[in-house]
Amino acid sequence: MSHVLEIKDLNVVFGGLHAMKDLNFHVDEGEIVSVIGPNGAGKTTFFNTITGLVKPTSGDVLYEGHSILGLDPNQVTALGIARTFQNVRLFANMTVVENVMVAQHCRTKQGALSALLNTKAFKQEEREIREYGEKVLGFFGSRLVGYRFDQPAFVLSYANRRRLEIARAMATKPKLLLLDEPVAGMNPKESAELTALIGRLRSEWGFTIVMIEHDMSVVRDVSDRVVVLDHGETIAQGDFDEVSNDPGVIEAYLGRPLENAEDKT
Amino acid sequence: MSELMNDSSSLPAPPPWSFDPRRLGRLGGLAGLTMAFICLIGMPVKIDTVPLIERVLSRGYTSLVWVPVVFGFIVASQVVLEGMQARKRGLGDIIDGTVVGGIGGFLVGLLAWLINNYDIRDPLINWSPALYDFLSFSKGTGFAFFIWTALGLGLGAVGAGLQVLPTAYRRIATWPAIAIVSVSVLEAAFSDLLENLKLEFVADAIYAKQRGVTVKGAIILAVLAAIVAFGRDRVKTVVASANANGTVLPGAALLNNVAASTRKKISTTLGVVAIFVVPLFLGRIMHELLANVGLFILLALGLNVVVGLAGILDLGYVAFFAVGGYTTAVLTSPFAPWWTPELPWFVSLIFVMIVAALVGLIIGAPVIRMRGDYLAIVTLGFGEIIRLLFLSDWLSPYFGGAQGITNIPGVEIGVTTIKGTDPRAVFYLVMVFCIVAIYASWRLENSRLGRAWMAIREDESVAEAMGINTVNAKLAAFVTGAVLASFSGAIFAAKAGSIFPGSFKILVSVILLVVVIVGGMGRIAGVMVGAAVLIGVLGGPSQPGLLQEFGEYKLLVYGVLLVLMMLKRPEGLLPNVRRSRELHGDELTQDVWIKAQIEMDEEDNSATTEGEVAPA
Repeated sequence: MSHVLEIKDLNVVFGGLHAMKDLNFHVDEGEIVSVIGPNGAGKTTFFNTITGLVKPTSGDVLYEGHSILGLDPNQVTALGIARTFQNVRLFANMTVVENVMVAQHCRTKQGALSALLNTKAFKQEEREIREYGEKVLGFFGSRLVGYRFDQPAFVLSYANRRRLEIARAMATKPKLLLLDEPVAGMNPKESAELTALIGRLRSEWGFTIVMIEHDMSVVRDVSDRVVVLDHGETIAQGDFDEVSNDPGVIEAYLGRPLENAEDKT
Repeated sequence: MSELMNDSSSLPAPPPWSFDPRRLGRLGGLAGLTMAFICLIGMPVKIDTVPLIERVLSRGYTSLVWVPVVFGFIVASQVVLEGMQARKRGLGDIIDGTVVGGIGGFLVGLLAWLINNYDIRDPLINWSPALYDFLSFSKGTGFAFFIWTALGLGLGAVGAGLQVLPTAYRRIATWPAIAIVSVSVLEAAFSDLLENLKLEFVADAIYAKQRGVTVKGAIILAVLAAIVAFGRDRVKTVVASANANGTVLPGAALLNNVAASTRKKISTTLGVVAIFVVPLFLGRIMHELLANVGLFILLALGLNVVVGLAGILDLGYVAFFAVGGYTTAVLTSPFAPWWTPELPWFVSLIFVMIVAALVGLIIGAPVIRMRGDYLAIVTLGFGEIIRLLFLSDWLSPYFGGAQGITNIPGVEIGVTTIKGTDPRAVFYLVMVFCIVAIYASWRLENSRLGRAWMAIREDESVAEAMGINTVNAKLAAFVTGAVLASFSGAIFAAKAGSIFPGSFKILVSVILLVVVIVGGMGRIAGVMVGAAVLIGVLGGPSQPGLLQEFGEYKLLVYGVLLVLMMLKRPEGLLPNVRRSRELHGDELTQDVWIKAQIEMDEEDNSATTEGEVAPA
């Protein structure tokens, strides 16, 4: 059985820092996998390696059985992997709908010449891009629709910016969606709402999802499987209950009990 | 909206006005230093020959007296803190302005005294008796102290007074001043236009023949401007109150029936017609000026695609202007140093486009992989390399080296030929190309490619992660800009009839960049207005503008403008609508609505509203 994404013996070394150590990881179609771990565990580096922003030192990343190592980020996205960013990075001066329209770039093909001549094919494609963009934004209920379409992204509230980040990733028509802390900074009400939406991303849109998240209630509610990273290594994986009772995980998050620490020295 | 009002009245009151001698001293000192600086670069003495208002105010004094007004205005302005009521402005602010202006004025008097008693002409060539006479009105140091302090006090109070006045009255006070200054400065253009329209009597009434506006003319202008400002304000209040009461004004129905897009179309059409009709009534000098402005508008539109849309800071843009000019020269001139066909201009234009696009690709390919500052420096280098290649002895068998290429024929259209001897025809030709450029930028901006450019401008790494091939998109922007610049170069060559490497200095790139930034990056209308105002009034790198005697200082003004724009108004004079739209009200409405929804849905009293972030 082939995995949607498979990572084999991945090593990433930044100078003296071993950010990823012999990491093995896989996601199957339709799964929601959460990647958790303390700060600096290498979670975002993990995403950056998959999307081609960071070149690994050794190891391989396979997407649907083919290696995607050495591809540029835009090629990775064209293959069907989309991501959001932990520190929201929208195109702030573009409108909300333009943000999702531009994300369809690699799924569309009309060039400069047809734009200049305003051809039928161009108009048709523009209409489709806009319609699909509006459909994606409609997924978030009333929050990003109507008069919001033509507002610049910088006027949005923090929570709405996070939603627009997800919408933009959805608009690239991916198979695999990488969400980097989707609910960070949201209040409990908003994160509960978004948690429900993440579930619907799989059931309605058919995305396979890998999610980095610190909010354990979200992780518990949506993930099929939880992978815990620490210092670039997988220290545990399994369903949420298994992982949350794993002594190694507790140690990574809370530190070693005092008497053990004395033993060590 | 009413809720908003209640909100603001419940906010804590701001601290009352207080006397802050350190702030006043600092701003007053700055005002004095600004005036001293303007004096010592020699501007007032140099441009004092032409009056602004006949026998009342010369341009020289105008270059100084604006300073206390502006500093008075600044000192009376206040930062409104979020969550605080705005402080009511009053007498205290006027006192502040008066003090600041007075300090500034006193320092100018001090400068006059220093000039009279010490001689440091050696480093400061404008430390001259002429400046002393100018500052003291030839009436001695005591008078200089008295008059400048008095002027400073008065003008500072006026500046602060403008802050204290409500906005509507502020307009009535400032518009006449703006009207007088602009009409006086644009004398050459207006009197020319009026003369050709057979309305010399109007020109005679306003202008004193190269000596600025007459006193009578100034009064008429001031009254007219005030009436317009007042009328505009009245109409606005009447319409607003009618809207509030729900009454329909006569004529309003008619206006409302015309859709906003139609109105925009009408005004655009009128503007285009004006651009083509007005030059019919202008004289030769104005045509020359307009032709130059047109060439720069075309260049600025091209640079706008590169810098404004795609965010590639190209400091060597002049290279493509040069490539366009030289390609035209080589292909059309019988005097081209090596054998080439003597093509008609329009045929050569096809090759010009191809060559420019190729050069764009060749320069672009290595440059485009860089970002930010590095990219700017490398483009700067390539811009110089292209100019030096045209200048070099090595390539002089092809491009004529320092001698350039002469005898470039004009643009043949049917029976007539457009040449530099007929600048009006050149202007029309440029305008045709500008329309092409505007159409192209407009179509591209709202296309898949244009959105990719904007995304790259906003955040290049994220644009790449969203599936955009940034290298290709940036190259496309570079090539589009190159082709537009080469059009301008081709027309420039045909207009001048000869072409030299000296026309393509780095300064052209720099001034174009200022034009694009001042006009409003990424905004077509802004860029056009920026080019028209800056190149038309101040002049281009080697082209005189309307303020000819100002020529020496135009680079200084360009520099100051650039710095001020970047500090105070980075979005430009005519910013992109989406950047300046007022949206806060909308956000509040939506929050209220969402809050109600949440409460209805779940009866959950702990519902928290999301705090919307105000536009930065």
